[in-house]
Amino acid sequence: MTREETENRGEDMVIDVPQTTNPKTKIENPDEFNVHYLRIYYGNMFPYTDIHKWLSYGHDGKHPGCDEYYFGRREFSFTLENDVYLRYKSFKNASAMEDAIKGSFPYKIDIGAVYSVDPDKRHAYAQTGTNVFTPVERELVFDIDITDYDDVRYCCSGADVCSRCWPLMTVAIKVIDTSLREDFGFKHILWVFSGRRGVHCWVCDAKARRLTNEQRSAVAEYFRVYKGNENNARKVALMGHSLHPFLARSYGDFLQKFFERDLQATQSIFSSKEKYEKILEMISDEDIQSELREKWENSARSSLSEEDISRTRWEQLKSTLQSKKQKSAFSLMNLKIPVLLSFNLVSNVPGSNAAEVSKQMNHLLKAPFCVHPKTGRVCVPIDPNNCDEFDPLAVPTLPQLIEEINSGGSKMDVDDDVSERNLLGRSIKFFRSSFLEPLLKSCKEEIESSYNTKIEKSKDSFSW
Amino acid sequence: MEVHRPQKRASSSDVVSNATIPLYLTAPPMEVRLEEFELFAIDRLRVLKAVSDGLARGKNPKEMDNLVDNSWKEHMTVPDVSEMFNKDIISHFVLRLVYCRSDELKKWFLSMETALFRHRFRLQKPESLKEKLRQVERSLGQNSPDIEPIYYKVPFEEVPDLVAGRRVFIQKGYAFVAGSQLVSLVVTQFRSHLSKALILTNRKWTTTIREREKDRLTPIVEGLSTSYLGPDYSQSNEYADISLKDIDQVAKSSFPLCMRHLFEKLREDHHLKHGGRMQLGLFLKGVGLKLDDALAFWRAEFTKKVGSERFDKEYAYSIRHNYGKEGKRTDYTPYACQKIISSAPGVGDHHGCPYRHFSEDNLRAALGRMGLSSRGMEDVMDKVRNKHYQLACTLTFEAVYGTSCDAGINHPNQYFEESQKILKSKTPTAPV
Repeated sequence: MTREETENRGEDMVIDVPQTTNPKTKIENPDEFNVHYLRIYYGNMFPYTDIHKWLSYGHDGKHPGCDEYYFGRREFSFTLENDVYLRYKSFKNASAMEDAIKGSFPYKIDIGAVYSVDPDKRHAYAQTGTNVFTPVERELVFDIDITDYDDVRYCCSGADVCSRCWPLMTVAIKVIDTSLREDFGFKHILWVFSGRRGVHCWVCDAKARRLTNEQRSAVAEYFRVYKGNENNARKVALMGHSLHPFLARSYGDFLQKFFERDLQATQSIFSSKEKYEKILEMISDEDIQSELREKWENSARSSLSEEDISRTRWEQLKSTLQSKKQKSAFSLMNLKIPVLLSFNLVSNVPGSNAAEVSKQMNHLLKAPFCVHPKTGRVCVPIDPNNCDEFDPLAVPTLPQLIEEINSGGSKMDVDDDVSERNLLGRSIKFFRSSFLEPLLKSCKEEIESSYNTKIEKSKDSFSW
Repeated sequence: MEVHRPQKRASSSDVVSNATIPLYLTAPPMEVRLEEFELFAIDRLRVLKAVSDGLARGKNPKEMDNLVDNSWKEHMTVPDVSEMFNKDIISHFVLRLVYCRSDELKKWFLSMETALFRHRFRLQKPESLKEKLRQVERSLGQNSPDIEPIYYKVPFEEVPDLVAGRRVFIQKGYAFVAGSQLVSLVVTQFRSHLSKALILTNRKWTTTIREREKDRLTPIVEGLSTSYLGPDYSQSNEYADISLKDIDQVAKSSFPLCMRHLFEKLREDHHLKHGGRMQLGLFLKGVGLKLDDALAFWRAEFTKKVGSERFDKEYAYSIRHNYGKEGKRTDYTPYACQKIISSAPGVGDHHGCPYRHFSEDNLRAALGRMGLSSRGMEDVMDKVRNKHYQLACTLTFEAVYGTSCDAGINHPNQYFEESQKILKSKTPTAPV
């Protein structure tokens, strides 16, 4: 692209840009996502090299232990304009991937599993009769959507998000990220904004990539507290007399504070009958349900604010559960209900539909640094250690990025020199320094050590 | 033969609980008599069927322990311990051959063998050992309230079921598995080994064994997975003896849904395609319809549509054939549920299992005509959704006759006989 210096920062500037880039095309709705912006983005900004490096997991090196066909066995899928969907694409190397993307400008790029054979040639192998085309490696992924939290989200509906409900995502990131690291011992975890209303999590440790479907399900189930589905009222699952350490930690470290302070302030989840009924339904003890319902239905409209009403009712719920403790033998469990309720409400991870993507190796998930076709926002990484600061509404959009280039703010086309000042550059830099570099370092070590073991083994067999 | 045995052989009088549980790592290099090859497999199959039935009925782990214990005692126990050990191993490997042949078979076998292993393992009762250890401690004058609990630190991937249920503590990728949870660890290993082994067996089967054994083992192996293990209904017995004039009334009162449907369709269309004629015809034979009556019955209907000349020419032969009066002169046996469920009725066919082959709406309507309440219907539909067609039929039976049927329905003729037993006991003078 020829970099145009534009003096004026007026509104019409955005319109000018694509025209100067490609004079033949006309842009009618410059604020929306369109294929012309996409051309510029894929032409000059998309971090091909980084994505290739990541998905090669060290196998693009010169070490004799490298599997040079590793990247080529990865499935990609493209969603083109008009919802044309192409599965089982694969690329030999970074430049083949770049050419294919630049050749078709997909609206969406999904990343699938690494297969036993090149996905593009799967039919050739199918002729042999034995079923050799199977997924062999796949990152452990989670797809969390803000609509999973619609039970406690009253500020927005559907695909909308705002600064009042986004913290629900933030707390989910904290709970899962902490558990993935502390409990499961994973180190290479990438969180990505999905472009509109959710986040994706990619666990990339070698061990995570080799989990079987059953083991993936187990991890997903570990995070799931309630049982039930749309047809089946969700009840808090209660067992035993004390909390599992994972629940206790999540509650103590994140959920309680978030629930009692932030969520009550932003969503007032007990303030009206419509709201509290959803929560009462989750309590399996019907006596408690009706006692609280009675109390709340009859409480006269006071001058209290919605938020205060909500807080008072939460306290009443907790004390009712506490007092039941003296009466029944099973009541120790009731102590747990506040904890589990809040867990259920705040962090029902991952949503019932999204769970499948975590459990099956051959499912696909949108690639980082894609652009969401509805919002035009780039799927940038999120730093789990500073996720409170992440603002989904401040994520750069395609028009913004293009404006920036044209106003001379960046030199993306000059090598891969990303600048801190650049909107996208910051994200790419974060991706490299906090995710890619440590990941590649450990990949290299693993390749070397497994190569050395192999050499040792063959030496042993020679000595006989 | 190389078999992994658990380290300790417990010592109590209970044979089943303390018999060694093999991991079936290698096939036995011993000679097996052909009849044992099949008989042992059938016995094991009975145990696996019982396990499958128990699981489908939602029995809890304790009940499953008992079920496995009883069923194993009934079918697999032989007086000589080493004989029993051989029977265990031989039957397992025979069934591997039988069940490696399709993904559906593999899946069923894998879950049932894993469940069987799990409960046999649980039945080894580590509690009794704990009690002995405690006894030793007490004898030494040590007064510790409990044995030091032992935890096994294993990668979390090895105990997925414990992780899924948050039943273990996990730290930095390692799960801490209590001694009492050891079964999960072993079962996971067992399952993954068996799963891999089945794939290999399948490869061997399709490449070499099937062809090499086509005159000897292949027919046995292919027959076993669909074989019916219940009582023999090829000969009618005391309850089953109907004559032509009663047939409409009996069909209404005692036929299972699959046969009612065929019967009604025959009366309606005066015709049934081959699959339907076989399924209903053999059932009626099992019920006790004599050959002459059967010929009259089919003729009465078919002639309304195809004329008597064509009936005699095209259809009468196969009816006599069913009764062993033509061709190979084999006396054919009525179809069991399994065969009916696994059939694939096409357009215009009315055979098959309604619980499996009907649409939900049609099935609901049909069940309504059998007089099921909406409550009973939901229970049945629930089983259908979970693909437990025989249980759905059993529940229908229980709802219609108001008594429980613990054995479960495995055969349309069994349904008929059970129903006749109940009806006869209620009205002893009623004509059958």
